Amino acid sequence: MTTILARFQLDYGDFTLDVDLKLPGTGITVLFGHSGSGKTTLLRCIAGLQHAPQGKLEINGTVWQDSERKLFLPTHKRPLGYVFQEANLFPHLTVQDNLHYGLKRIKQNSGTVKLEHAVELLGIGHLMERMPERLSGGERQRVAIARALALNPEILLMDEPLASLDFKRKQEILPFLSRLHQQLDIPVLYVTHSQQEVAQLADTLVILEDGRALASGPLSETQSRLDVPLAQEREAATVWQATIAEHETDYHLTRVAFTGGSLSLPAVDAAIGTALRVQIYARDVSIALEAPTATSILNVLPATITGIADSRDGQSVIRLQVGDQALLAHITRKSALMLDLQIGMAVYVQIKGISTLTHQ
Amino acid sequence: MLSPADMATLWLTFKVAGIATLLMLLFGTPLAWWLARTHSAWKGVINAVVALPLVLPPTVLGFYLLVLMGPTGIIGKFTSWLGLGTLPFTFPGLIVASVLYSLPFVVQPLQASFSAIGEQPLEAAATLRASPWDTFFSVVVPLAKPGFLTASILGFTHTVGEFGVVLMVGGNIPDKTRVVSVQIYNHVEALEYTEAHWLAGVLLLFSFSVLLVLYTVLKTQPVAHPLK
Repeated sequence: MTTILARFQLDYGDFTLDVDLKLPGTGITVLFGHSGSGKTTLLRCIAGLQHAPQGKLEINGTVWQDSERKLFLPTHKRPLGYVFQEANLFPHLTVQDNLHYGLKRIKQNSGTVKLEHAVELLGIGHLMERMPERLSGGERQRVAIARALALNPEILLMDEPLASLDFKRKQEILPFLSRLHQQLDIPVLYVTHSQQEVAQLADTLVILEDGRALASGPLSETQSRLDVPLAQEREAATVWQATIAEHETDYHLTRVAFTGGSLSLPAVDAAIGTALRVQIYARDVSIALEAPTATSILNVLPATITGIADSRDGQSVIRLQVGDQALLAHITRKSALMLDLQIGMAVYVQIKGISTLTHQ
Repeated sequence: MLSPADMATLWLTFKVAGIATLLMLLFGTPLAWWLARTHSAWKGVINAVVALPLVLPPTVLGFYLLVLMGPTGIIGKFTSWLGLGTLPFTFPGLIVASVLYSLPFVVQPLQASFSAIGEQPLEAAATLRASPWDTFFSVVVPLAKPGFLTASILGFTHTVGEFGVVLMVGGNIPDKTRVVSVQIYNHVEALEYTEAHWLAGVLLLFSFSVLLVLYTVLKTQPVAHPLK
């Protein structure tokens, strides 16, 4: 498996970036953080659009930057695809010419096939003759994604591709991104400040703050780290990968399996065996010391406490392990004390609500 | 009507303006590109130097050029060393003077349109495998087309209208340096008002039509330099 090694140090006086990351060479890695966290700067350093004076970058075993050896590959020589926050199409070229701009400049024939595939995947075939100014924001961004994919890049870099779109347009593009996720065999680095996009797209999550990486690792593991502010937030949640195991049509329910158990969800319209992501908010999880026998809650699972942290306003954050999956629970500090919760304790979790994210 | 001598001055004027405009585009484009993108401390100084002809009386510019290009001036010594003689009162001297005199009219519109393009299209091109040269010709030039048109038209018409600089460095030599504006002056001096009317009318009509095209067909914003 290929990996991405990225180490950068730069100092702008009021902002410093100092990261040393090892990222997987497959799937979508989300660089998550608030504005000013350095996530876009990091992506631009990887693309070579910004030159970090101290840095080493290795993609697929090829060195793109090594400040010790004074090596810095200029952006146009890096085999990457880049999607900007504002689609950044060339205003003087039609959609067709925008799509072919990069294609004409690579010396391989596989591009045309890649382009046809991308055009179909992103549903932009009918826009070819249009000028960018006559496209909607969502269409523009889809063209930009296809333009990057047509290059048959070794890595796809996306800088908040949905941030400039309204809610409706976001919902229009997210399914395309999920489909990409499934069909793309190259690593994707995806910058966002949206937890929704993290939940829907991330396989690996890197959390950035003040130019440093607070945490980096598989999604649910990183989401549930108690030393990272994310777990404390009101919207804190964990995302699990699961597959559809059974439809209980009488009850309008679907049973999904994950490594270490199964969950009941409101009916999902997809075939058995389909992979999907489910999101469980920490505020929807409660804890019992014994298996509750009489409860209306369907999803009760045995779990082990792996971490406890105090949160604001009399809340406690409990990290649990359910089978192979990490889970977060927000409960009151009073409950935590009354139940005398300790790390290592075997308990039961009751999950009141589960949301299904786009199936893949 | 226009006499053969008047026609000759017209032809010479357009020749000077044409050659000067080509040279200004050649030197002005990289200069404007540099000015539009640099963060160098020299930017302000170079901007001021380029804009000088806008505010200097043309006779002042002409006077310094005459001195510099003359036998004892630094440019004059250099051209003599090259075996070219000195430039004042020659056609090449007139070209050099015209280029310096009209340069701001070429550099400023170009600089403005380069700045307006911004960083984004250049970055997009770089991520699409285009080298900086490639980007300049495939992205910058098409996007800055109105700037190039405005620069060419203003550079050309402004050169056509020069008088003071020509008189200082070019004098009044028929077929070599006698341009229309000088010829009109000659006619007026000789009280040949009819002839002066003809030539002046031709220039007026020419300048007006060009500006009309500039502001209506090309929809260029009038160039209002902050200093002028």
